[in-house]
Amino acid sequence: MQRLISSIASRLVIVVPYIWLLVFFLVPFFIVFKISLSEVAMAIPPYSPVFDLSAGWTAFKDSVSKFSWDNYIWLTQDPLYYRAYLSSLFIAGVSTVLTLLVGYPIAYGMARAPATVRPTLLMLVILPFWTSFLIRVYAWIGILKPEGLLNQFLMWAHVIDTPLNILNTNTAVFIGIVYSYLPFLVLPIYSALEKMDYSLVEAAEDLGCPPIAAFWKITFPLSLPGVIAGCFLVFIPAVGEFVIPDLLGGSQTLMIGKTLWNEFFSNRDWPVSSAVAVILLLLLVVPIVLFQRAEARAQESEK
Amino acid sequence: MNTTWSRFNIASLVVGFAFLYLPIVLLVIYSFNESRLVTVWAGFSVKWYVSLFHNQSFIDAAWVTIRVGLFSATVATILGTLGALAMTRYTRFRGRLLFSAMIYAPLVMPEVITGLSMLLLFVAVGMDRGIWTITLAHITFSMCFVAVVVQSRLVTFDRSLEEAAMDLGATPVTTFFKVTLPVILPAVVSGWMLAFTLSLDDLVISSFTSGPGATTLPMRIYSQVRLGVTPEINAACTILIAIVTVGVIIASIANKQREVQRARDEQAAARN
Repeated sequence: MQRLISSIASRLVIVVPYIWLLVFFLVPFFIVFKISLSEVAMAIPPYSPVFDLSAGWTAFKDSVSKFSWDNYIWLTQDPLYYRAYLSSLFIAGVSTVLTLLVGYPIAYGMARAPATVRPTLLMLVILPFWTSFLIRVYAWIGILKPEGLLNQFLMWAHVIDTPLNILNTNTAVFIGIVYSYLPFLVLPIYSALEKMDYSLVEAAEDLGCPPIAAFWKITFPLSLPGVIAGCFLVFIPAVGEFVIPDLLGGSQTLMIGKTLWNEFFSNRDWPVSSAVAVILLLLLVVPIVLFQRAEARAQESEK
Repeated sequence: MNTTWSRFNIASLVVGFAFLYLPIVLLVIYSFNESRLVTVWAGFSVKWYVSLFHNQSFIDAAWVTIRVGLFSATVATILGTLGALAMTRYTRFRGRLLFSAMIYAPLVMPEVITGLSMLLLFVAVGMDRGIWTITLAHITFSMCFVAVVVQSRLVTFDRSLEEAAMDLGATPVTTFFKVTLPVILPAVVSGWMLAFTLSLDDLVISSFTSGPGATTLPMRIYSQVRLGVTPEINAACTILIAIVTVGVIIASIANKQREVQRARDEQAAARN
Protein backbone atom coordinates (compact mmCIF):
# COMPACT_ATOMS: atom_id res chain seq x y z
CA MET A 1 0.00 0.00 0.00
CA GLN A 2 2.78 2.38 1.01
CA ARG A 3 4.58 1.47 -2.16
CA LEU A 4 1.55 2.15 -4.26
CA ILE A 5 1.12 5.60 -2.73
CA SER A 6 4.78 6.38 -3.33
CA SER A 7 4.71 5.30 -6.93
CA ILE A 8 1.55 7.31 -7.55
CA ALA A 9 3.13 10.31 -5.82
CA SER A 10 6.27 10.12 -7.92
CA ARG A 11 4.21 9.87 -11.06
CA LEU A 12 2.10 12.88 -10.04
CA VAL A 13 5.28 14.95 -9.68
CA ILE A 14 5.70 14.74 -13.43
CA VAL A 15 2.12 14.43 -14.61
CA VAL A 16 0.51 17.39 -12.83
CA PRO A 17 2.81 20.18 -14.06
CA TYR A 18 3.09 18.45 -17.44
CA ILE A 19 -0.65 18.42 -18.03
CA TRP A 20 -1.00 21.97 -16.75
CA LEU A 21 1.59 23.24 -19.24
CA LEU A 22 0.12 21.19 -22.09
CA VAL A 23 -3.36 22.58 -21.49
CA PHE A 24 -2.47 26.17 -20.71
CA PHE A 25 0.69 26.69 -22.71
CA LEU A 26 0.91 24.33 -25.69
CA VAL A 27 -2.74 23.84 -26.69
CA PRO A 28 -3.36 27.62 -26.83
CA PHE A 29 -0.72 27.91 -29.56
CA PHE A 30 -2.66 25.48 -31.73
CA ILE A 31 -5.79 27.50 -31.12
CA VAL A 32 -3.94 30.67 -32.17
CA PHE A 33 -2.82 28.91 -35.33
CA LYS A 34 -6.32 27.66 -36.02
CA ILE A 35 -7.88 31.07 -35.59
CA SER A 36 -5.24 32.69 -37.76
CA LEU A 37 -6.71 30.59 -40.58
CA SER A 38 -10.27 31.74 -40.07
CA GLU A 39 -12.14 34.75 -41.34
CA VAL A 40 -13.01 37.80 -39.34
CA ALA A 41 -16.72 38.04 -38.50
CA MET A 42 -18.93 40.58 -36.86
CA ALA A 43 -19.81 38.39 -33.94
CA ILE A 44 -18.75 37.45 -30.44
CA PRO A 45 -16.16 35.95 -30.56
CA PRO A 46 -15.26 37.95 -33.66
CA TYR A 47 -14.16 35.14 -35.96
CA SER A 48 -15.93 32.35 -37.81
CA PRO A 49 -14.69 29.02 -36.52
CA VAL A 50 -12.73 26.97 -39.02
CA PHE A 51 -13.36 23.55 -37.60
CA ASP A 52 -15.05 21.90 -34.72
CA LEU A 53 -13.13 18.96 -33.32
CA SER A 54 -16.27 17.37 -31.93
CA ALA A 55 -17.70 16.92 -35.43
CA GLY A 56 -15.48 13.93 -36.28
CA TRP A 57 -12.84 13.17 -38.86
CA THR A 58 -14.78 13.72 -42.09
CA ALA A 59 -15.94 17.10 -40.89
CA PHE A 60 -12.35 17.84 -39.95
CA LYS A 61 -11.07 16.92 -43.42
CA ASP A 62 -13.85 18.90 -44.95
CA SER A 63 -12.93 21.98 -42.98
CA VAL A 64 -9.21 21.67 -43.68
CA SER A 65 -10.02 22.26 -47.32
CA LYS A 66 -11.69 25.49 -46.25
CA PHE A 67 -8.57 26.84 -44.50
CA SER A 68 -7.94 30.32 -45.58
CA TRP A 69 -4.45 31.75 -45.78
CA ASP A 70 -5.95 35.15 -46.48
CA ASN A 71 -4.69 36.60 -43.22
CA TYR A 72 -1.13 35.64 -44.03
CA ILE A 73 -1.45 36.96 -47.58
CA TRP A 74 -2.78 40.16 -46.07
CA LEU A 75 0.29 40.41 -43.83
CA THR A 76 2.60 40.24 -46.85
CA GLN A 77 0.61 42.80 -48.80
CA ASP A 78 0.43 45.54 -46.23
CA PRO A 79 3.97 46.95 -45.79
CA LEU A 80 3.00 48.01 -42.26
CA TYR A 81 3.42 44.46 -40.99
CA TYR A 82 6.77 43.47 -42.39
CA ARG A 83 8.16 46.88 -41.57
CA ALA A 84 6.95 46.35 -38.01
CA TYR A 85 8.65 42.94 -37.85
CA LEU A 86 11.93 44.26 -39.23
CA SER A 87 11.89 47.31 -37.02
CA SER A 88 11.17 45.14 -33.95
CA LEU A 89 14.18 42.96 -34.72
CA PHE A 90 16.28 46.07 -35.31
CA ILE A 91 15.19 47.83 -32.11
CA ALA A 92 15.62 44.67 -30.04
CA GLY A 93 19.07 44.03 -31.56
CA VAL A 94 20.35 47.56 -30.95
CA SER A 95 18.92 47.53 -27.42
CA THR A 96 20.59 44.20 -26.65
CA VAL A 97 23.98 45.57 -27.70
CA LEU A 98 23.42 48.74 -25.66
CA THR A 99 22.32 46.70 -22.63
CA LEU A 100 25.47 44.61 -22.93
CA LEU A 101 27.63 47.75 -23.08
CA VAL A 102 25.97 49.13 -19.95
CA GLY A 103 25.57 45.83 -18.13
CA TYR A 104 28.95 44.18 -18.59
CA PRO A 105 30.94 46.79 -16.64
CA ILE A 106 28.39 46.58 -13.82
CA ALA A 107 28.62 42.78 -13.67
CA TYR A 108 32.41 43.00 -13.84
CA GLY A 109 32.58 45.59 -11.09
CA MET A 110 30.31 43.43 -8.91
CA ALA A 111 32.34 40.28 -9.45
CA ARG A 112 35.57 42.10 -8.61
CA ALA A 113 34.15 43.74 -5.50
CA PRO A 114 35.23 42.47 -2.05
CA ALA A 115 33.38 39.27 -1.20
CA THR A 116 31.67 40.91 1.78
CA VAL A 117 30.05 43.60 -0.40
CA ARG A 118 28.92 41.26 -3.19
CA PRO A 119 25.65 40.02 -1.63
CA THR A 120 24.56 43.63 -1.04
CA LEU A 121 25.45 44.61 -4.62
CA LEU A 122 23.57 41.58 -5.89
CA MET A 123 20.49 42.60 -3.93
CA LEU A 124 20.80 46.15 -5.27
CA VAL A 125 20.68 44.82 -8.85
CA ILE A 126 17.76 42.49 -8.15
CA LEU A 127 15.66 45.01 -6.20
CA PRO A 128 14.60 47.17 -9.19
CA PHE A 129 13.67 43.94 -10.98
CA TRP A 130 11.11 43.30 -8.24
CA THR A 131 9.55 46.71 -8.83
CA SER A 132 6.87 46.80 -11.43
CA PHE A 133 7.94 46.94 -15.05
CA LEU A 134 5.15 49.41 -15.79
CA ILE A 135 6.29 51.70 -12.97
CA ARG A 136 9.88 51.70 -14.16
CA VAL A 137 8.82 52.58 -17.70
CA TYR A 138 6.42 55.23 -16.39
CA ALA A 139 9.24 56.81 -14.35
CA TRP A 140 11.06 57.64 -17.57
CA ILE A 141 8.16 59.65 -19.00
CA GLY A 142 8.65 62.34 -16.36
CA ILE A 143 12.38 62.36 -17.03
CA LEU A 144 12.38 62.41 -20.84
CA LYS A 145 9.48 64.79 -21.46
CA PRO A 146 10.38 68.04 -23.27
CA GLU A 147 9.75 69.94 -19.99
CA GLY A 148 10.98 66.91 -18.03
CA LEU A 149 13.73 66.55 -15.48
CA LEU A 150 16.53 65.62 -17.89
CA ASN A 151 15.94 68.71 -20.03
CA GLN A 152 15.59 70.90 -16.94
CA PHE A 153 18.92 69.60 -15.68
CA LEU A 154 20.74 69.95 -19.00
CA MET A 155 19.45 73.49 -19.49
CA TRP A 156 20.34 74.42 -15.92
CA ALA A 157 23.85 73.07 -16.55
CA HIS A 158 23.97 75.10 -19.82
CA VAL A 159 24.69 71.99 -21.87
CA ILE A 160 21.78 72.76 -24.18
CA ASP A 161 19.67 75.83 -24.92
CA THR A 162 16.55 74.23 -26.31
CA PRO A 163 14.93 71.12 -24.83
CA LEU A 164 15.86 67.85 -26.46
CA ASN A 165 13.05 65.89 -27.97
CA ILE A 166 13.57 62.39 -26.62
CA LEU A 167 10.18 61.16 -25.49
CA ASN A 168 8.15 59.56 -28.29
CA THR A 169 11.23 58.68 -30.34
CA ASN A 170 13.17 55.45 -30.81
CA THR A 171 15.88 56.79 -28.49
CA ALA A 172 13.38 56.72 -25.64
CA VAL A 173 12.50 53.12 -26.56
CA PHE A 174 16.20 52.16 -26.45
CA ILE A 175 16.60 53.79 -23.04
CA GLY A 176 13.45 52.07 -21.79
CA ILE A 177 14.54 48.61 -22.93
CA VAL A 178 18.10 48.98 -21.60
CA TYR A 179 16.75 50.17 -18.28
CA SER A 180 14.05 47.52 -17.89
CA TYR A 181 16.09 44.53 -19.00
CA LEU A 182 19.45 45.43 -17.42
CA PRO A 183 19.17 42.99 -14.47
CA PHE A 184 18.45 40.09 -16.88
CA LEU A 185 21.83 40.69 -18.47
CA VAL A 186 23.86 41.63 -15.40
CA LEU A 187 22.91 38.54 -13.36
CA PRO A 188 24.03 35.75 -15.73
CA ILE A 189 27.26 37.61 -16.57
CA TYR A 190 27.94 38.22 -12.89
CA SER A 191 27.45 34.55 -12.01
CA ALA A 192 29.80 33.51 -14.82
CA LEU A 193 32.44 36.05 -13.74
CA GLU A 194 32.13 35.20 -10.08
CA LYS A 195 32.82 31.51 -10.67
CA MET A 196 35.86 32.34 -12.78
CA ASP A 197 39.33 31.53 -11.48
CA TYR A 198 41.01 34.91 -11.37
CA SER A 199 44.48 33.44 -10.95
CA LEU A 200 44.39 32.74 -14.71
CA VAL A 201 44.39 36.47 -15.39
CA GLU A 202 47.14 37.01 -12.82
CA ALA A 203 49.23 34.33 -14.45
CA ALA A 204 48.78 35.98 -17.84
CA GLU A 205 49.73 39.37 -16.42
CA ASP A 206 52.76 37.92 -14.68
CA LEU A 207 53.85 36.56 -18.03
CA GLY A 208 53.69 40.09 -19.45
CA CYS A 209 50.21 40.18 -20.97
CA PRO A 210 48.77 43.71 -20.79
CA PRO A 211 45.55 43.86 -18.66
CA ILE A 212 43.30 44.75 -21.58
CA ALA A 213 44.61 41.86 -23.69
CA ALA A 214 44.26 39.55 -20.68
CA PHE A 215 40.62 40.65 -20.39
CA TRP A 216 39.84 39.84 -24.01
CA LYS A 217 41.86 36.61 -24.04
CA ILE A 218 40.74 35.15 -20.70
CA THR A 219 38.00 36.97 -18.81
CA PHE A 220 35.66 37.67 -21.69
CA PRO A 221 35.72 34.15 -23.22
CA LEU A 222 35.09 32.64 -19.78
CA SER A 223 32.11 34.93 -19.23
CA LEU A 224 30.70 34.12 -22.67
CA PRO A 225 28.03 31.62 -21.49
CA GLY A 226 26.66 34.34 -19.21
CA VAL A 227 26.81 36.91 -22.00
CA ILE A 228 24.93 34.61 -24.38
CA ALA A 229 22.23 33.71 -21.85
CA GLY A 230 21.83 37.38 -20.91
CA CYS A 231 21.56 38.53 -24.52
CA PHE A 232 18.81 36.00 -25.23
CA LEU A 233 16.96 37.06 -22.09
CA VAL A 234 16.99 40.64 -23.37
CA PHE A 235 16.56 40.12 -27.11
CA ILE A 236 13.68 37.63 -27.24
CA PRO A 237 11.18 39.45 -25.00
CA ALA A 238 12.27 42.83 -26.39
CA VAL A 239 11.20 41.81 -29.93
CA GLY A 240 7.62 41.41 -28.76
CA GLU A 241 7.70 44.29 -26.28
CA PHE A 242 4.50 46.29 -25.99
CA VAL A 243 4.59 48.56 -22.93
CA ILE A 244 7.88 50.34 -23.74
CA PRO A 245 7.14 51.30 -27.38
CA ASP A 246 3.59 52.21 -26.41
CA LEU A 247 4.48 54.55 -23.55
CA LEU A 248 7.90 55.87 -24.60
CA GLY A 249 7.86 55.46 -28.37
CA GLY A 250 6.17 57.75 -30.84
CA SER A 251 3.79 57.22 -33.69
CA GLN A 252 6.71 56.41 -36.00
CA THR A 253 8.00 53.71 -33.64
CA LEU A 254 6.88 50.48 -35.27
CA MET A 255 7.02 47.40 -33.13
CA ILE A 256 5.16 44.19 -33.71
CA GLY A 257 3.92 43.84 -30.12
CA LYS A 258 2.20 47.20 -30.47
CA THR A 259 0.79 46.25 -33.89
CA LEU A 260 -0.64 43.03 -32.46
CA TRP A 261 -2.15 44.88 -29.50
CA ASN A 262 -3.80 47.49 -31.74
CA GLU A 263 -5.02 44.85 -34.18
CA PHE A 264 -6.61 43.03 -31.26
CA PHE A 265 -7.95 45.79 -29.02
CA SER A 266 -8.64 48.61 -31.50
CA ASN A 267 -9.52 46.81 -34.74
CA ARG A 268 -10.90 43.76 -32.95
CA ASP A 269 -9.53 41.62 -35.77
CA TRP A 270 -8.70 38.40 -33.92
CA PRO A 271 -7.71 36.33 -36.98
CA VAL A 272 -5.18 38.90 -38.18
CA SER A 273 -3.72 39.38 -34.70
CA SER A 274 -3.40 35.58 -34.44
CA ALA A 275 -1.56 35.51 -37.77
CA VAL A 276 0.74 38.29 -36.50
CA ALA A 277 1.41 36.20 -33.37
CA VAL A 278 2.15 33.05 -35.41
CA ILE A 279 4.71 34.86 -37.58
CA LEU A 280 6.28 36.50 -34.51
CA LEU A 281 6.58 33.08 -32.90
CA LEU A 282 8.21 31.64 -36.05
CA LEU A 283 10.72 34.51 -35.99
CA LEU A 284 11.53 33.73 -32.37
CA VAL A 285 11.60 29.93 -32.58
CA VAL A 286 15.30 29.78 -33.43
CA PRO A 287 16.48 32.11 -30.63
CA ILE A 288 14.09 30.42 -28.14
CA VAL A 289 15.40 26.94 -28.97
CA LEU A 290 18.99 28.17 -28.74
CA PHE A 291 18.24 29.79 -25.39
CA GLN A 292 16.54 26.67 -24.04
CA ARG A 293 19.50 24.49 -25.15
CA ALA A 294 21.99 26.87 -23.51
CA GLU A 295 19.97 26.82 -20.27
CA ALA A 296 19.65 23.03 -20.26
CA ARG A 297 23.39 22.69 -20.87
CA ALA A 298 24.16 25.12 -18.03
CA GLN A 299 21.93 23.09 -15.70
CA GLU A 300 23.65 19.85 -16.71
CA SER A 301 27.11 21.28 -16.06
CA GLU A 302 26.05 22.43 -12.57
CA LYS A 303 25.46 18.87 -11.50
CA MET B 1 38.98 35.58 -6.75
CA ASN B 2 41.29 38.45 -6.04
CA THR B 3 39.52 41.49 -4.68
CA THR B 4 41.40 44.47 -6.00
CA TRP B 5 38.88 47.18 -6.51
CA SER B 6 40.09 49.44 -9.24
CA ARG B 7 38.80 52.93 -9.83
CA PHE B 8 37.20 51.77 -13.07
CA ASN B 9 35.18 49.12 -11.26
CA ILE B 10 33.94 51.54 -8.64
CA ALA B 11 33.05 54.11 -11.28
CA SER B 12 31.10 51.61 -13.36
CA LEU B 13 29.19 50.46 -10.28
CA VAL B 14 28.37 54.02 -9.19
CA VAL B 15 27.19 55.03 -12.66
CA GLY B 16 25.31 51.76 -13.11
CA PHE B 17 23.47 51.97 -9.83
CA ALA B 18 22.70 55.65 -10.35
CA PHE B 19 21.11 54.71 -13.68
CA LEU B 20 19.12 51.92 -12.02
CA TYR B 21 17.89 53.92 -9.04
CA LEU B 22 17.65 57.58 -10.08
CA PRO B 23 14.40 57.21 -12.06
CA ILE B 24 12.71 55.38 -9.19
CA VAL B 25 13.97 57.88 -6.60
CA LEU B 26 12.71 60.80 -8.70
CA LEU B 27 9.34 59.11 -9.11
CA VAL B 28 9.03 58.71 -5.34
CA ILE B 29 10.13 62.29 -4.65
CA TYR B 30 7.60 63.76 -7.05
CA SER B 31 4.75 61.77 -5.52
CA PHE B 32 5.08 64.16 -2.57
CA ASN B 33 4.83 67.20 -4.83
CA GLU B 34 2.27 69.88 -4.00
CA SER B 35 1.79 70.81 -7.65
CA ARG B 36 -0.34 68.94 -10.14
CA LEU B 37 2.57 69.23 -12.58
CA VAL B 38 4.82 66.27 -12.05
CA THR B 39 8.00 67.97 -13.17
CA VAL B 40 7.80 71.24 -11.23
CA TRP B 41 8.54 71.06 -7.52
CA ALA B 42 6.11 73.17 -5.47
CA GLY B 43 6.62 71.93 -1.93
CA PHE B 44 5.99 68.83 0.17
CA SER B 45 2.49 67.40 0.35
CA VAL B 46 0.78 64.08 0.92
CA LYS B 47 -2.45 65.19 -0.70
CA TRP B 48 -2.06 62.78 -3.64
CA TYR B 49 -1.95 59.87 -1.23
CA VAL B 50 -5.12 61.15 0.43
CA SER B 51 -6.90 61.50 -2.90
CA LEU B 52 -5.67 58.04 -3.90
CA PHE B 53 -7.28 56.50 -0.83
CA HIS B 54 -10.56 58.17 -1.76
CA ASN B 55 -10.37 56.81 -5.30
CA GLN B 56 -12.62 53.77 -5.22
CA SER B 57 -11.56 52.43 -8.62
CA PHE B 58 -7.93 52.27 -7.46
CA ILE B 59 -8.90 50.49 -4.26
CA ASP B 60 -11.06 47.96 -6.12
CA ALA B 61 -8.25 47.31 -8.57
CA ALA B 62 -5.80 46.85 -5.70
CA TRP B 63 -8.05 44.19 -4.16
CA VAL B 64 -8.36 42.30 -7.43
CA THR B 65 -4.58 42.42 -7.84
CA ILE B 66 -3.87 41.16 -4.33
CA ARG B 67 -6.36 38.30 -4.60
CA VAL B 68 -5.04 37.20 -7.98
CA GLY B 69 -1.45 37.55 -6.73
CA LEU B 70 -1.85 35.54 -3.52
CA PHE B 71 -3.79 32.74 -5.14
CA SER B 72 -1.78 32.44 -8.36
CA ALA B 73 1.56 32.63 -6.53
CA THR B 74 0.56 29.82 -4.18
CA VAL B 75 -0.65 27.48 -6.92
CA ALA B 76 2.30 28.41 -9.15
CA THR B 77 4.72 27.61 -6.32
CA ILE B 78 3.24 24.12 -5.87
CA LEU B 79 3.21 23.39 -9.60
CA GLY B 80 6.63 24.96 -10.16
CA THR B 81 8.22 22.98 -7.33
CA LEU B 82 6.75 19.77 -8.76
CA GLY B 83 8.07 20.76 -12.17
CA ALA B 84 11.54 21.39 -10.74
CA LEU B 85 11.49 18.00 -8.99
CA ALA B 86 10.43 16.30 -12.22
CA MET B 87 13.25 18.02 -14.12
CA THR B 88 16.02 17.17 -11.65
CA ARG B 89 14.90 13.79 -10.26
CA TYR B 90 13.61 12.08 -13.36
CA THR B 91 16.22 12.50 -16.03
CA ARG B 92 14.49 10.08 -18.39
CA PHE B 93 10.79 10.03 -19.08
CA ARG B 94 8.76 10.18 -22.21
CA GLY B 95 8.40 13.74 -23.45
CA ARG B 96 11.05 15.21 -21.16
CA LEU B 97 12.41 17.37 -23.97
CA LEU B 98 8.97 18.88 -24.55
CA PHE B 99 8.58 19.33 -20.81
CA SER B 100 11.81 21.28 -20.42
CA ALA B 101 10.93 23.34 -23.50
CA MET B 102 7.58 24.23 -21.92
CA ILE B 103 9.36 25.23 -18.68
CA TYR B 104 11.92 27.50 -20.35
CA ALA B 105 9.90 28.96 -23.22
CA PRO B 106 7.48 31.03 -21.11
CA LEU B 107 10.46 32.81 -19.50
CA VAL B 108 11.24 34.56 -22.76
CA MET B 109 7.92 34.34 -24.60
CA PRO B 110 6.68 37.81 -25.58
CA GLU B 111 3.76 38.64 -23.33
CA VAL B 112 1.50 39.61 -26.22
CA ILE B 113 1.71 36.04 -27.56
CA THR B 114 1.10 34.40 -24.18
CA GLY B 115 -1.80 36.76 -23.49
CA LEU B 116 -3.45 36.28 -26.87
CA SER B 117 -3.08 32.49 -26.83
CA MET B 118 -4.51 32.22 -23.30
CA LEU B 119 -7.45 34.39 -24.21
CA LEU B 120 -8.23 32.32 -27.30
CA LEU B 121 -8.12 29.16 -25.16
CA PHE B 122 -10.61 30.62 -22.69
CA VAL B 123 -12.88 31.74 -25.51
CA ALA B 124 -12.62 28.33 -27.23
CA VAL B 125 -13.76 26.49 -24.11
CA GLY B 126 -16.42 29.10 -23.41
CA MET B 127 -15.04 30.27 -20.08
CA ASP B 128 -16.33 33.58 -18.74
CA ARG B 129 -13.47 36.02 -18.61
CA GLY B 130 -12.73 37.70 -15.31
CA ILE B 131 -10.65 37.33 -12.21
CA TRP B 132 -10.35 33.52 -12.63
CA THR B 133 -9.04 33.61 -16.16
CA ILE B 134 -6.42 36.18 -15.09
CA THR B 135 -5.45 33.89 -12.21
CA LEU B 136 -5.09 30.82 -14.46
CA ALA B 137 -2.94 32.79 -16.90
CA HIS B 138 -0.73 34.10 -14.09
CA ILE B 139 -0.27 30.61 -12.62
CA THR B 140 0.88 29.32 -15.99
CA PHE B 141 3.64 31.81 -16.67
CA SER B 142 4.83 32.25 -13.09
CA MET B 143 5.10 28.50 -12.35
CA CYS B 144 7.91 28.34 -14.88
CA PHE B 145 9.86 31.03 -13.03
CA VAL B 146 9.31 29.13 -9.76
CA ALA B 147 10.49 25.91 -11.43
CA VAL B 148 13.74 27.53 -12.57
CA VAL B 149 14.43 29.06 -9.14
CA VAL B 150 13.72 25.82 -7.25
CA GLN B 151 15.60 23.73 -9.81
CA SER B 152 18.78 25.75 -9.33
CA ARG B 153 18.62 24.87 -5.62
CA LEU B 154 17.78 21.20 -6.23
CA VAL B 155 20.78 20.52 -8.46
CA THR B 156 23.14 21.35 -5.58
CA PHE B 157 21.08 19.29 -3.10
CA ASP B 158 22.89 16.42 -1.37
CA ARG B 159 20.90 13.32 -2.35
CA SER B 160 22.59 11.19 0.35
CA LEU B 161 20.38 12.92 2.96
CA GLU B 162 17.30 11.52 1.26
CA GLU B 163 18.89 8.12 0.87
CA ALA B 164 19.73 8.07 4.57
CA ALA B 165 16.13 8.89 5.49
CA MET B 166 14.79 6.17 3.21
CA ASP B 167 17.31 3.64 4.52
CA LEU B 168 15.92 4.39 7.96
CA GLY B 169 12.45 3.48 6.71
CA ALA B 170 10.90 6.81 5.66
CA THR B 171 8.64 6.67 2.62
CA PRO B 172 9.53 8.91 -0.34
CA VAL B 173 6.59 11.17 0.52
CA THR B 174 7.68 11.51 4.16
CA THR B 175 11.26 12.00 3.01
CA PHE B 176 10.17 14.83 0.78
CA PHE B 177 8.32 16.69 3.53
CA LYS B 178 10.80 16.00 6.33
CA VAL B 179 14.13 16.21 4.48
CA THR B 180 13.93 17.70 1.00
CA LEU B 181 11.40 20.48 1.54
CA PRO B 182 13.10 22.03 4.60
CA VAL B 183 16.39 22.22 2.67
CA ILE B 184 14.93 23.76 -0.48
CA LEU B 185 12.47 25.97 1.45
CA PRO B 186 14.40 29.24 0.92
CA ALA B 187 14.25 28.67 -2.85
CA VAL B 188 10.55 27.78 -2.65
CA VAL B 189 9.86 30.94 -0.64
CA SER B 190 11.76 33.15 -3.06
CA GLY B 191 9.93 31.38 -5.89
CA TRP B 192 6.64 32.32 -4.25
CA MET B 193 7.75 35.94 -3.87
CA LEU B 194 8.85 36.04 -7.49
CA ALA B 195 5.51 34.60 -8.62
CA PHE B 196 3.64 37.10 -6.47
CA THR B 197 5.51 40.12 -7.81
CA LEU B 198 5.23 38.86 -11.40
CA SER B 199 1.48 38.66 -10.92
CA LEU B 200 1.41 42.06 -9.20
CA ASP B 201 3.29 43.62 -12.16
CA ASP B 202 1.64 42.02 -15.11
CA LEU B 203 -0.19 44.32 -17.49
CA VAL B 204 -0.23 42.68 -20.90
CA ILE B 205 -1.39 39.16 -20.03
CA SER B 206 -3.99 40.52 -17.60
CA SER B 207 -5.35 42.90 -20.24
CA PHE B 208 -5.85 40.07 -22.70
CA THR B 209 -7.39 37.61 -20.28
CA SER B 210 -9.56 39.89 -18.15
CA GLY B 211 -13.19 40.51 -18.69
CA PRO B 212 -15.60 43.24 -17.68
CA GLY B 213 -15.38 44.05 -13.98
CA ALA B 214 -11.93 42.58 -13.41
CA THR B 215 -9.39 45.38 -13.56
CA THR B 216 -5.99 44.92 -11.95
CA LEU B 217 -3.88 47.74 -10.56
CA PRO B 218 -1.40 47.77 -13.48
CA MET B 219 -4.35 47.94 -15.91
CA ARG B 220 -5.78 50.85 -13.90
CA ILE B 221 -2.40 52.63 -13.80
CA TYR B 222 -1.87 52.03 -17.52
CA SER B 223 -5.19 53.51 -18.56
CA GLN B 224 -4.47 56.50 -16.29
CA VAL B 225 -0.94 56.95 -17.70
CA ARG B 226 -2.32 57.08 -21.24
CA LEU B 227 -4.29 60.14 -20.18
CA GLY B 228 -1.18 61.83 -18.79
CA VAL B 229 1.32 61.78 -15.96
CA THR B 230 -0.21 62.75 -12.63
CA PRO B 231 1.17 62.83 -9.07
CA GLU B 232 -1.62 60.43 -8.09
CA ILE B 233 -0.06 57.70 -10.26
CA ASN B 234 3.30 58.53 -8.71
CA ALA B 235 1.72 57.99 -5.30
CA ALA B 236 0.21 54.65 -6.35
CA CYS B 237 3.58 53.57 -7.78
CA THR B 238 5.37 54.65 -4.59
CA ILE B 239 3.06 52.50 -2.47
CA LEU B 240 3.72 49.48 -4.70
CA ILE B 241 7.48 50.10 -4.59
CA ALA B 242 7.35 50.40 -0.79
CA ILE B 243 5.46 47.11 -0.40
CA VAL B 244 7.92 45.23 -2.63
CA THR B 245 11.01 46.81 -1.04
CA VAL B 246 9.87 46.00 2.50
CA GLY B 247 9.01 42.44 1.43
CA VAL B 248 12.38 41.84 -0.20
CA ILE B 249 14.29 43.31 2.77
CA ILE B 250 12.34 41.19 5.29
CA ALA B 251 12.96 38.08 3.19
CA SER B 252 16.69 38.73 2.91
CA ILE B 253 17.01 39.41 6.66
CA ALA B 254 15.12 36.18 7.41
CA ASN B 255 17.41 34.33 5.02
CA LYS B 256 20.50 35.74 6.70
CA GLN B 257 19.23 34.82 10.17
CA ARG B 258 18.51 31.29 9.01
CA GLU B 259 22.08 31.06 7.69
CA VAL B 260 23.51 32.36 10.97
CA GLN B 261 21.38 29.86 12.86
CA ARG B 262 22.57 27.03 10.63
CA ALA B 263 26.22 28.02 11.09
CA ARG B 264 25.65 28.05 14.87
CA ASP B 265 24.00 24.60 14.74
CA GLU B 266 26.86 23.23 12.71
CA GLN B 267 29.39 24.58 15.19
CA ALA B 268 27.44 23.07 18.08
CA ALA B 269 27.28 19.75 16.25
CA ALA B 270 31.03 19.86 15.59
CA ARG B 271 31.75 20.46 19.29
CA ASN B 272 29.72 17.47 20.46
